[in-house]
Amino acid sequence: MKELAEAALNAAQVKGASYADVRLDEHVTQDIVVKNGQLAAVSDDASKGFGVRVIVDGAWGFAGSARLDKAEIEPVVDRAIRIARASARVRSAPVDLGPPVTSRGHYRTPLERDPFKVPLSEKVDLLLRADAAMGSVRGVTIREGSMEFIRQAKLFASTEGALIEQELFESGAGIEATATSPDDVQNRSYPNSFGRHQGSGGYEYITALELDRHGQRIAEEAVALLTAPQCPSGVKTLILDASQTALQIHESCGHPTELDRVFGMEAAYAGTSFMTPEKLNHLQYGSPKVTITADALTPTGLGTFGWDDEGVPAQRSFLIKGGLFVGYLTSRETASVLGQQSNGTMRADGWNRIPLIRMTNVNLEPGDSSLERMIAETKDGVYMETNRSWSIDDKRLNFQFGTQLAYEIVDGKRGRLLKNATYAGITPEFWNSCDAVAGRSEWKVWGLANCGKGQPPQVAHVAHGAAPARFQHVKVGILK
Amino acid sequence: MKSLEVARLTAEGELKQFMSGLLERSPAQQTEVMVTEWDSALTRFANNGIHQNVAERNVSVRVRVVKDGKTGVASINQLNEGAATDVLKRAVAIADLQPRGEVVPMPGPAPAPPVESWSDATAAVTPEERADFVQTVCAKAGDAGLKAFGAYSTSAAQLAIANSLGVFHHQRSTQATVNSVVMGDAGSGYADRGAIDVRELDKDELATEVIEKAQRNQDAQPVEPGVYEVVLEEYAVAEMLEFMSFIGFGALAVQEERSFMRLGERITGEEVSIWDDGLDPIGIPASFDFEGVPKQRVDLIKNGVASGLVYDMQTARRENRQSTGHGLPAPNTEGPFAVNLFMKPGSAAKTDLASDIKRGIWVTRFWYVRVVQPKASIITGMTREGTFLIENGRITRPVKDLRFTQSILEALNGTLAISRSTKLQVSEYLGASRVPAVRLKAFDFTS
Repeated sequence: MKELAEAALNAAQVKGASYADVRLDEHVTQDIVVKNGQLAAVSDDASKGFGVRVIVDGAWGFAGSARLDKAEIEPVVDRAIRIARASARVRSAPVDLGPPVTSRGHYRTPLERDPFKVPLSEKVDLLLRADAAMGSVRGVTIREGSMEFIRQAKLFASTEGALIEQELFESGAGIEATATSPDDVQNRSYPNSFGRHQGSGGYEYITALELDRHGQRIAEEAVALLTAPQCPSGVKTLILDASQTALQIHESCGHPTELDRVFGMEAAYAGTSFMTPEKLNHLQYGSPKVTITADALTPTGLGTFGWDDEGVPAQRSFLIKGGLFVGYLTSRETASVLGQQSNGTMRADGWNRIPLIRMTNVNLEPGDSSLERMIAETKDGVYMETNRSWSIDDKRLNFQFGTQLAYEIVDGKRGRLLKNATYAGITPEFWNSCDAVAGRSEWKVWGLANCGKGQPPQVAHVAHGAAPARFQHVKVGILK
Repeated sequence: MKSLEVARLTAEGELKQFMSGLLERSPAQQTEVMVTEWDSALTRFANNGIHQNVAERNVSVRVRVVKDGKTGVASINQLNEGAATDVLKRAVAIADLQPRGEVVPMPGPAPAPPVESWSDATAAVTPEERADFVQTVCAKAGDAGLKAFGAYSTSAAQLAIANSLGVFHHQRSTQATVNSVVMGDAGSGYADRGAIDVRELDKDELATEVIEKAQRNQDAQPVEPGVYEVVLEEYAVAEMLEFMSFIGFGALAVQEERSFMRLGERITGEEVSIWDDGLDPIGIPASFDFEGVPKQRVDLIKNGVASGLVYDMQTARRENRQSTGHGLPAPNTEGPFAVNLFMKPGSAAKTDLASDIKRGIWVTRFWYVRVVQPKASIITGMTREGTFLIENGRITRPVKDLRFTQSILEALNGTLAISRSTKLQVSEYLGASRVPAVRLKAFDFTS
């Protein structure tokens, strides 16, 4: 592997690249789905290849190939160089990467039990037990459970002297119960929506979820939702569970602080950002209760690694401090525009893609309240749990989210179960209305394995540490 | 230099030999092998300059085996004998290790109608040609005091499916797509194009559309949310159809009682007809699906009445009928999918769609659409890059983007006019739609 990387870097330099890096990457993914008491799918997918990124005449070029052999190095480097020269014909300012990055080392995800060494039968048995627990509830029409395991071995080397090897593991699982009536569909999932709860780590991550203990509860909730009243419309106090708070962070803080979006590099696809550079250190993004960090060192986070895909070490930095907007997620190229150094957020979803600025673990730091206390202090509100729908505008200001389950809160007590709960708002108004965040004991790292960005599209696996949080004067119940 | 960039795809004969060899070596009772191979490039631009420019060559070999009533699926992205041995071994090992489950049947051989989906010109596009295209759009935007952003991509690919029952299908295809956002200081416009043959992408026409839209969409002012009569351009209509496909046109969604489709009942205005046809040359045609079943045309909504669904092998067997050729790659728990959608055009000129509207909204495109309630076909999303107020039959001013929360069926139930022209919209994910622009009586903008 190292020889191939060296050959690619040498070829790139000889052919005129002022900078080059190469990533060799091998992914193995195992997916298991159990549906309605049957094993519905097991697949084992492997992908490997290499990608070469070069700067020629101040412009970028990239080419990748699945053929990992010496004969393929030259044509791939030639292609990257030719593409870079074509880029240079229509470039703006020449690329400036700032100070060189010369990281060297090895990183492996800490894990107790290698998920690829756990027998398939053990995994399927757990999913079938959870399925049976859901199936014990009358009225559930669809039951589904899934697991996913990923092992990624990658090598990064650059003409600046960086040489890094990383072996990353992910494990994830989840279950979902759906109940239907002639005019309605309601679903409940555990521990999160989007199919699974996923983290960096081994099979111990799956065991700790205790899927089979939660099957009956979520099935009962799905059935109860069919006959529950609709979430009423109004302006109320809103309390979000930790998983929905995590998604709120993702959409309304994670994405708008990506500095490539701010500079228009995603304008024709994912959009731009309202958090423009003149607002840095001036915008009161949230209330003093709101402190948000980007922390690639968070244990079990999907954004946890040794170095990013530009060789920058994993680190922790502040995005929002006591409500004030103080930082971006950056790359070497974008950070240098602001006279900063990258805070290590560049990741590609495989050998065949260039790295982009991606969230690492963007965490809402724990507060000093608790869910119980927040409810007790609320006169007229709604508690919402587990995401069902999510939508936000291209500047990350106007959002509307829906959750699977909600409860009304009346005079400090949890009241009726509500269905089709939705809430909407404008990002800084919403976060400035945050008057409580639960403490460390209710804080948990939530993995999101479906974050889309870029053209060609890439899917990043990111995470958010979050606890239940409370917001005042929020518009809820958007549906008629 | 040009020859360097001609797409490198494995010859059909060589591919067939590789797949036959794999099938012959399989110890399973039934085996399926699917090979997809692609050579693609994409040039991305922002602030009137190229900032990302990439290319890849890749392949996927996916093997499904059925052994003793148990199924295993494995894939690898290498096309050689060692990889074939490895992927087959892994698929068989998965099958051996699991309990019996529901086996998705494999189809037998049937002729797949040939379709035209290849362009030599697209396969041979060079980085310099992509840069020239982008340069034209950027220069025109710059001349107008605006900034251009977007992506221009070309790809050549092939898909081959074979199984141990004698199926072998092979199709080569090319695709060229370009999208662009052009921004001024106080607003932006959007346009995109897609085609099999790159020569159909007219850079001047694209630049004119997106620049004009951006110039008209400056200094937008807010408008009160509420229910408005609307004109939806083809970009928005195509997205609405894609969501209908996603939540309701597949047989599995109906079998699991989560679809809005009530077969035999009128569910939209009678002017509305929607169908799926993978063989129609004015779409992005495909002659067979990912299970190796030839494509059939399916009428989904005919004159407002829910009239049909798309099937794959599994959902067809459950109803004792034939697959319509809408299967996805194994293992698939999502069911069949309609990916070649068409909406029947009407008789109106697109430019006349607003002419009878006293007060309404003109929508260029949607953004970040998500399903709120699948059975009621309620979606939410934002408008983007060109939302205008219509007053007394004409567009009077741009308005700030609006959020909508709306049932698709209710919206289509109020169809007042449909344009006679249609536009091909290549999906971001799979397939394409050919749709007209529409005028709808009521659309609920919630913020």
